[in-house]
Amino acid sequence: MESPSREHPHGRGTLDALRRFPGLFFHGWLFCSAGLVLLFIFGPLAKTIFSPTWEVFAETLRDPDVLSSIWLSISTSGMAALIALVLGTPLAYILARKQFRGKRLVESLIDLPIMIPHPVVGIVLLSIAGRNHPIGAFLSSLGIKLMGTTTGIVAVLLFVGMPFYVNTVKAGMESVSPRLEKVSRSLGAGPGATFFRVTIPLSWRYLLVGMIMCMARGISEFGAIVIVAYHPMVAPVLMYERFTAYGLKYSQPVAVILILVSMFFFLFLRGISQVRGKTS
Amino acid sequence: MITIKNLQLNLPGFSLGPLSLEVDNGAFFTLMGPTGSGKTLLLEILAGLTRPHAGEICFAGKTVTRAQPEKRNIGLVYQDHALFPHLTVLDNITYGQRYHFQDRAKGLAFARDLMDMLGLTPLTKRRPATLSGGEKQRVALARALACKPSLMLLDEPLSSLDPQFREGLRKNLKELHRGTGTTFFMVTHDFVDALALADSAAVIRKGRIEQCGPTLDIFHRPATTFIADFVGMKNILAAEYANGLCNLDRPGSCPASLPARDTPDGKGFTALRPEDLHVSLNGGFPGHWVSLPGTVLSISRQGFSWLATVQCNGMDFVARLEHRLVLENTMDEGSSVTLGFDPASAHHIPGDRG
Repeated sequence: MESPSREHPHGRGTLDALRRFPGLFFHGWLFCSAGLVLLFIFGPLAKTIFSPTWEVFAETLRDPDVLSSIWLSISTSGMAALIALVLGTPLAYILARKQFRGKRLVESLIDLPIMIPHPVVGIVLLSIAGRNHPIGAFLSSLGIKLMGTTTGIVAVLLFVGMPFYVNTVKAGMESVSPRLEKVSRSLGAGPGATFFRVTIPLSWRYLLVGMIMCMARGISEFGAIVIVAYHPMVAPVLMYERFTAYGLKYSQPVAVILILVSMFFFLFLRGISQVRGKTS
Repeated sequence: MITIKNLQLNLPGFSLGPLSLEVDNGAFFTLMGPTGSGKTLLLEILAGLTRPHAGEICFAGKTVTRAQPEKRNIGLVYQDHALFPHLTVLDNITYGQRYHFQDRAKGLAFARDLMDMLGLTPLTKRRPATLSGGEKQRVALARALACKPSLMLLDEPLSSLDPQFREGLRKNLKELHRGTGTTFFMVTHDFVDALALADSAAVIRKGRIEQCGPTLDIFHRPATTFIADFVGMKNILAAEYANGLCNLDRPGSCPASLPARDTPDGKGFTALRPEDLHVSLNGGFPGHWVSLPGTVLSISRQGFSWLATVQCNGMDFVARLEHRLVLENTMDEGSSVTLGFDPASAHHIPGDRG
């Protein structure tokens, strides 16, 4: 095949240059903006990572408060992601496959936690968990307390992380052709067997990515947690406390450790989710 | 025997039925119709994937109208194969066997037989993404048949294939139908598939069955102008019938009066295939033929043959040309010609709306 420009040979030199100009402009814009955005993200992060001196950093690493707060951050958000996996997957499947009246409403309801100011999330959860509310009364009769407990932190993280999980998994399940499920049914597999033999094997990567998103959202949460549980302290709350009490110099090393730990953890999970192995 | 009684389904913008149909046990049945006529919908209702609003479906005397798809013992083959991408060819084929075979080894042996029959054995460990269109469709067939279904539902199994694979798969389908004795219910928009495979057929249009019967009957005696066009009778002319004679509906201009013995008096249509219309530069047709003088309006190539539009007395006819006439450049657009046909090749459709 000849290229289109060959078919119109007249005025090739200048016309081509002119034609190329918007292309150059476009690519310039593309790469300059991308570079700026990367700089904007990595600049402050690099500053944070490289500014603490090694002594302060080592000292922080030995600080049991720091380590336990980081562990608490990771374990509570991991727990929230696991709960999202168990409870959010069915909802995502229903939204991906079923058409029903009010589906739009349900979908925007799920997105709501993304938009609500974080302290409000904490306040809402606390007010529900209070003694005066029937749900709170029921929970306290079971011995479950949200105020100032790990349970409370997990509840908050589940609330703010669920939209990310459900939306990711919904998109993943929509990408599985309904015909595959129909064929599976025709071959004798019931709806449950079809779900576990066809839908999940074809969308498990999205489940994993959804959990990563949910967990990432949980690790970064501050505003809602600080209202529900100042203690036990998660890493962001500890950072805030160190910042207000001792200043930037002592809050930064905590941030560095949290950033490094989360980065390795997420790189690892992303790695699993993108393996092009036998199951793809 | 599959019996469909007064089946009805109303969707926004489309309604299927009321529709009744019977398919004999072990038959190869084809449901034909253009895109959007409701063929696939009817197939999915038979599969139990869509619930009808009214009516009844029986498989072998047992009502299955409300039965779940997994309880119907059917095989389903889609146009786009719908193979499980995460499973190998063998795992795809044996996917449903655990629900149908008590003895796993027996099922596996049966699956291997099917694979042998379809030439899939060398592909056992391959994944669907690495297969050609024809191979994928054969795997889909084997997967459906591996569960020994009592009814095979095929949704345009040939139309996604390249022409060179299509002939081979037709042969496969024929062999599998003979070999398994299963009832095949195939949906297609291509009449050629129906002619090659099916012994009985129905034509569906806008959610209703327009004609049902032996395939050759539909091919030779279409009941409506729509079906006539569908089965390749490209020339459909309004006509007036009286006393066993057909007068083409062009008052004063058409000399042709055809014998039409069994057609009731009144308005109707005459349908002619392009293959049955002959074009000649100097007449010379047999005496009992109808000859009409005309002018060639256009000639177009259709694969290995040519079609000409010939205008006679203000009527446009489409006729298939002999290679010789075109290749020797003796005929071109604007040539004066004689169009002739055997009156026996004309098909008559009574009724004024076709």
